Parts: sequence; C-alpha cells; structure tokens
Amino acid sequence: MELDPLVLSRIQFAFVVSFHAIFPVFTIGLASYIALLHGLFYKTENPAWERLAVFWTKVFAVVFGMGVVSGIVMSFQFGTNWSNFSQAAANFLGPVLSYEVVTAFFLEAAFLGVLLFGRGKVPQGVHLFAAIMVAIGTFISTFWILSANSWMHTPAGVEFTDNSFYVVSWMEAIFNPSFPYRFGHMALASFITGGFVVAGVSAWYLLQGRDVDANKRALSMCLWLLLILTPAQALMGDFHGLNTLEYQPTKVAAMEGNWETREGVPLLLFALPDQEAQENRFEVGIPKLASLILTHDLDGEVPGLNEVAVEEQPPVSIVFWAFRVMVGLGFLMIAVSLAGLVLRRGGRVYEHRGFLQLLRVMSVTPFIAVLAGWIVTEAGRAPWLVYGIMTHAEGLTPSLTGGMALFTLLGYIAVYGVVFYAGVYYLTRVVRNGMVPKEEERLIDEVERPMRPWSATHIPFDDDPAPAERS
Amino acid sequence: MDMFDLSLIWALIIGFGIMMYVLMDGFDLGLGILFPFAPDEDARDVMMNSVAPVWDGNETWLVLGGAGLLGAFPLVYSVFLPALYIGVFLMLAGLVFRGVAFELRFKSRKNRHWWNRAFCWGSSVAAFAQGAVVGTYIQGFETENFAYVGGAFDWLTPFTVLTGIGMMIGYALLGTTWLILKSEGYIQEWAYRLTPKLLVGVVMIFFAISLWTPFVNPVVWQRWFGNIEIIWILPGLATACMALLVMSIRQRRELLPFLSTLGIFLFTYLGLVVSKWPVIVPPNYTIWDAASAPESQLFLLIGVLFVIPIILTYTAWTYWVFRGKVKVGEGYH
Ligand code: HDD
Ligand code: HEM
Ligand code: HEM
Repeated sequence: MELDPLVLSRIQFAFVVSFHAIFPVFTIGLASYIALLHGLFYKTENPAWERLAVFWTKVFAVVFGMGVVSGIVMSFQFGTNWSNFSQAAANFLGPVLSYEVVTAFFLEAAFLGVLLFGRGKVPQGVHLFAAIMVAIGTFISTFWILSANSWMHTPAGVEFTDNSFYVVSWMEAIFNPSFPYRFGHMALASFITGGFVVAGVSAWYLLQGRDVDANKRALSMCLWLLLILTPAQALMGDFHGLNTLEYQPTKVAAMEGNWETREGVPLLLFALPDQEAQENRFEVGIPKLASLILTHDLDGEVPGLNEVAVEEQPPVSIVFWAFRVMVGLGFLMIAVSLAGLVLRRGGRVYEHRGFLQLLRVMSVTPFIAVLAGWIVTEAGRAPWLVYGIMTHAEGLTPSLTGGMALFTLLGYIAVYGVVFYAGVYYLTRVVRNGMVPKEEERLIDEVERPMRPWSATHIPFDDDPAPAERS
Repeated sequence: MDMFDLSLIWALIIGFGIMMYVLMDGFDLGLGILFPFAPDEDARDVMMNSVAPVWDGNETWLVLGGAGLLGAFPLVYSVFLPALYIGVFLMLAGLVFRGVAFELRFKSRKNRHWWNRAFCWGSSVAAFAQGAVVGTYIQGFETENFAYVGGAFDWLTPFTVLTGIGMMIGYALLGTTWLILKSEGYIQEWAYRLTPKLLVGVVMIFFAISLWTPFVNPVVWQRWFGNIEIIWILPGLATACMALLVMSIRQRRELLPFLSTLGIFLFTYLGLVVSKWPVIVPPNYTIWDAASAPESQLFLLIGVLFVIPIILTYTAWTYWVFRGKVKVGEGYH
C-alpha cells in the first residue's frame, strides 16, 4: 500500500491543531470568568468570590501550560508539512502569526505572573487589573489566529502573482469577509465552554455538599450566563452560515447534504450521504426548512454540490455529520439552560440531583461541539487550502514522503497521549482537592517562585510520599 | 522604503533572537543533559530550581524566532523545516516532554524518576537536534526553484552527528558554569570538577569541525583561507575566552566561568555567521532572495521593535529577582 503524504499530513495537522484547540477554547472563557470573579471580590469584598477565583486560577494555570506546549508545536507545522503554502502565503500569514506571538509574549511577560503569583504581594486593584489584561490578551491572540484562518477561507486584500500572495490592503486582509462571524462564533464558544465546565464542576461539588455557598453562587452565575449565550450562539451560527452561503456555497451544500441546486430544499435530520452515487440514502427531513433558513423563503433556491466538479467536492458525510453534532449539541445546551431557569423557582437547581448530574456530563459537550464545528469549517473547505486559489495538494511540502509523515503522525500521537494523560490526570486531582481553606493558601504563598504556569498549584501529582528517595 | 535595507535589519533581529535563544535556553538544556550524572537527588532539585523561574521565558525566543522567520525570511522557514523534518519533530517532542517534566517533577514523589528521565532525554534530544541544524546549515541544502528537494535524512550525516554531539557538550558546559554561579558546597564543587572535562570535549570537537568543514563546504574554506584576515579575530576571541575559563576555574571564580562560556558561544556563533554571510539558505540563496515582500517586513517590524525592548526589560528583571544562590531544600517542591 502506498502511503500518501497528503492524506497523512492532513490527518496530522487536524490532530495536532485539534489537540491544541481544546486548551485555548477553555482558557479564553476561563480567563474572563476569573477576571469577573476578581472584579466581584474587589467590589463586594465577599471572600466567597476570592476563593472561587483562587481555585479557578489553579485550573487555569494547568490548562494554560498545556496550551503553551502544544502551541509551540503548532508554530512549526506550517513549515514542516505545508512548506509550499507557507512560502506562498508568508507575506500575509507570517506577520499575522508573528503578531499573535508578539501579543502573547506581551501578555505573558507582563501580566500572567502577576495574576498567578501576585495575590497578597501586589495591591488588590493591580491584581484585578492583571486578571483583566490576561483575559484581554487571550482575545488578542484569538483575534490574530482567527484572522489568519478566516483569510484562508475567504481570502481578501491580496494579489496572487508568481505563486505568492502580496498584501495590497492589510485592513481588507485582516478583516476578511468571514472573520467577524468566525471571531464572534468562536468567542461565544469559548464563553460557553468556560460556562459549562464551571457549572459542571460546581454541580459536582454541590452533589458532594462541599463548599455549598461558593458553589451555589458559581452555578447560578453560570446558568444565567448560559441562558443568554447559548441562544446567542445559535443566532451567531445562523449569521455565520449565511456568510458561508455567500462565499463558500459548496460547503453549505455539504452541510445540508444537498446534491443538486434546487428550490424548496428540506432540512435533513438524518441521511447517509453517498459521495460515489452523488445522493443520500435514508433521508429524513423537514420539507422546505433549509430553503427557509438559508434564503428566508420557503421556495428559495439553494446551491447544491453539483455546482462544482466531483473532485472539488469536500468529503460530504464528514461535513454533514459534524455539522449535525455541533448544532444538535447547541440545541441541547439551550434546553439545559432553559431547564436551569425553570428549576430556579424555589431554588431547586441547587438540589435537584438529576439536574446536577446532567450538568456534570454537559461539561464535555462544548469541547465536542467546538471540535465538530472546526471539522465542518475545515473539512468543508477541502480541497482548497486557500479557498478558490490553492489546494491542499499544491500547498504540501514537495520533499515529504509518506513514510516521514507517518512517522511524525504516530510520534505526535504518542507524545500527546502521554502529555494529555498526565495533564488530565493532574487536573482531576486539582479538582478533587477542591478549594483550600484560606489559612493554608497563605502559608503556601510564602515559598513561591513565579513564571511557570503550573507552579500556581501545589497539589501533588501522585501520593505516596517516599522520603527515602530524596536522600 | 529604499532608504533602509529592511532585509538587513531583519537579519540582525533574527540573528539576535537566535543568539539569545542559544545563550539562554542553552544552559537550562545543559542542566537537563547533566541530570543523570548529578551527585544526588538534592543536587537535581537545586539544578532544576536554578532554572525554574526562567526557562519558560527562555523558550519563548524560539517561538518568536520561528514566527519571525516565516514573516521576514519565509524561504528559510520553508526550506529548513522540510529538510530537517524528522529532526524538528524530535526537537519539539523533546521540548514538550521537558516542559511537562519541569512542572510535574516537583509534584511527583512516587513517579519522580520518570520525570527525571523525561527531563534528561527531552533536553538531550532537543540539544542534539539543534546541533544537527547547525551542521546542516554548514553542509547546505539541496534546493531547486526555491524549494527543498533532498531526502528525509540528508540532515543526518557523520558531520551533523558531530555538530549535534558538540552542541550537547557545549550546552552541558554552559550548564556547569551556570551551576557554579547558582550553587554552593558539594554541588558547586562537582560543577567545578566537571567543567574542565567538558571544555576539553568542546575544544576537541571545535577542532574536528574546523578541520572537517572544508571537505563539507569549500566555500567556507575559501572565506577563511582566501584573503579576509580580519575575521580571524573571532576564533581568536573564542580561544581567549577558553583561556579565561580555565583561569577562572583555577581561581575558583563564580561569575567569570559562566561569562567566558557565553563568550565562547558568542564568538563561535559570529564566526559561523561570517563564514556564510550573506547567504542564509546555503548554498544558493542570500538574505535578499529569502526575504518576504518589503511591505510585510515593514508591517511586522513596527510591532517587533515595540515589543523586543519590553521582553528584554522583563527578562533582565526576572534574572535580577532570582539572582543569588539556590540552596538545598529551598524553593518549592
Ligand atoms: C481560538 C484560539 C486559538 C486558536 C485557533 C489557536 N490558538 Fe494558539 N493559543 C491560543 C489561542 C489559539 C491562546 C489562548 O492564546 C494560547 C493558549 C494558551 C496560551 O498560552 O495562549 C495559545 C498558545 C499558542 C502558542 C504558545 C504561545 C506562548 O508561548 O505563550 C503558540 C506558539 C500558538 N498558540 C500557535 C498557534 C498556531 C500556529 C495555531 C493554528 C494553526 C493556533 N495557535 C491556534
Ligand atoms: C483551533 C482550532 C482548529 C481546529 C480544531 C482545526 C481543525 C482542522 C481539521 C479537522 C482539519 C482537517 C480538514 C481535512 O483535512 O479534511 C484542518 C485543516 C487545516 N487547518 Fe484547521 N483547525 C483549527 C484552526 C486552524 C487555524 C487557526 C489555521 C490557520 C491559521 C488552520 C489551518 C489549517 C490548514 C492549513 C489545514 C489544512 C491541512 C489539512 O487539511 O489538514 N486551522 N483543521
Ligand atoms: C446551535 C446552533 C449552531 C449553529 C447554527 C452553528 C453554525 C455554524 C456554522 C454554519 C459553522 C461553519 C462556518 C463555516 O462555514 O466555516 C460553524 C462553525 C463552528 N461552530 Fe457552530 N453553530 C452552532 C452551535 C455551536 C456551538 C454550541 C459551538 C460550541 C460551543 C459551536 C462551535 C463552532 C466552532 C468552533 C466552529 C468553527 C469555527 C468557525 O468557523 O466559526 N457552534 N457553526
């Protein structure tokens, strides 16, 4: 069997970037939440807020650390596997990705240390300020990387000559047509992720009857937040889809499983797209609904996959199903948030064990939705790397062989497997440990050394202190 | 825009960034390489604690270097990385393990020896891979039409193995002299004893590389033994630094050994740069061939010029805050 470097590189890229993406999507939301907690503490002086802030900062430190190590890998991926693409797009991507680094640097250099280690050492106002700056910093980072990514979907502000892109307008290139929607959708996704994780962990503590006062507050806050954000996300997703319909109609056709351009297209709830036969099996749908959503007219015309040659079609079933996973989870999230609202009457949200258990489980759903969303976006772009201009095959590193790509793919899976296992294992310990009473915290603070994200937590990685080993 | 040569400015910035990376991450990688040879577990604690507050900052220079190259000299990025494909992977894997080991070693008790190993192997592999990059750079790349066309293992030759090992020993030397500065008692004594041995290793490899290079790359030979005599001042200064190192070890000085080792690295690095200048993707492409469009270089320059002073100030400040000796049992576990 011939190993195809193109397929392997795509799998590898998808793997490393998905692995990386899990962490930022959580830290972005969490950073804002921590800043909010610090703000509340600053205003009300209620120690419950502080305890929550301290606890979540620990979690933040671990997840952030994982984001950094996997991010370092990302910054070399373009060169190793997509060197032709890097060479061609460098005039735009180079500065934009560097600006991300430079802003991440700036953030890390100035404020992260203060947030993680400054408690009790700097005035409370300064600490709050640092928390806000870290939150803003994560958004600056998101801004640049999503600008780069959106530009690959809807390239603008550039001229393509001699196999290279030349920037003619930085404004148009950075604020390319799909960028505002992608940024908005991703920002909401991060908040929702943060919200469901915090809600899930608080629910778990409540089930155990630990720290009831602080966790009730946290849970209530999250549920209000989610009540607003989850419908907002559906709306934002709708806008995003309309934008995609304008610029990447083939992708929308794949999401809808619509093979032919026609009027009055149904919204499919289930189907098994068959790319070879260019049709669906076992279709179950709601008549005319897709036309209504996409064109705001029951008999509107919706473009189909037949608009482009078969080789230019994305892998339809992947896009089709990933889209359904995301949207399905999106509606589930809305339902759970509404249930929370209903249960608020008489304060049952804090006691209803079934609901609390449900929240625990819900805390993984945003991660699945986010990855599914990225798969829709990225697989739906295939075979284009830069939409309409450069394909995956053209962007691939010419000297790359299948064997090399397979070696590194397996390598990354192994490395990340170990790291992820250690990280998640450690994180569960941090969460199990819960919130440390105030006195103990202070003591620990005395022997502190800043800089390394994880030193913000003190929970041992494993038990069984074996003092003999240390002599 | 023709008033300044943006590519030249960028070459200086990137050159500076790489040098900062080598000098700063060098000593903490070196400590990782020396980890298994440390006298005991307390010494390992001290070694790790001595770099704990700074290593994260040290490594960010690498990320800036990578992204900066893509922005300013995309050709370097798109030739070096494919050519060193496997090596880059090994380096990244090494750095990931090392980064995680830093965090988790202190938090483990039962599993500590595993994190010790991860730290040592991660550091060693990363250092070796970086040395091999230097060797490959001396060797040159097989390119056609602005793309790498060589094989997967062109970077792994006896010559690059030598430069890889050289880099490991060199980093280890940076590590011991750093440790002399940061430790005391029996740990410092151990570092004092190890330093001359490592220096002998460095000198031997230094000579071997110098003798071998002309066979690998005649252009470099021409540059050194053609008619440009002034550049001989660089190896001269490197040798002077070696002498200074020997002397300062004899006198049991604390800061001077580290500074003279930095000097050895600095002058060797400059020597390497002048051997190739202005070629950046040897043998065919100069910094001007490798450059991105001027408007892109300019756009990025604005941000970088603004941020580098901040990073430098902050770096200096952290080193200042954490100055002084690291004692056994101090710091955190
Ligand atoms: C939506 C957000 C997002 C997305 C899509 C990406 N990143 Fe990221 N990245 C972040 C959001 C982020 C962050 C929130 O800013 C991180 C997480 C932890 C951190 O240190 O910053 C980060 C860290 C991070 C780092 C470490 C920076 C440091 O040393 O602090 C690098 C080098 C990258 N990323 C590079 C990439 C590349 C090359 C990507 C895509 C191909 C990418 N990231 C996708
Ligand atoms: C952080 C969230 C992201 C996730 C989860 C993600 C996921 C994916 C997936 C699943 C693919 C594979 C599609 C396929 O081959 O069918 C892919 C491809 C790709 N993505 Fe993304 N992506 C993310 C962000 C980005 C960003 C920010 C960029 C660029 C700046 C980017 C650039 C690419 C490139 C170059 C490919 C082509 C290689 C390939 O097809 O695998 N991605 N991504
Ligand atoms: C409930 C209704 C939702 C709708 C209608 C919707 C719609 C969409 C659409 C159309 C895309 C593809 C954009 C493109 O063409 O490139 C997309 C992408 C994405 N979605 Fe959703 N979405 C919904 C819910 C969610 C939820 C709940 C999350 C996560 C918490 C999420 C996370 C993402 C992400 C991360 C992407 C990829 C990045 C991007 O292109 O914005 N979505 N969504």
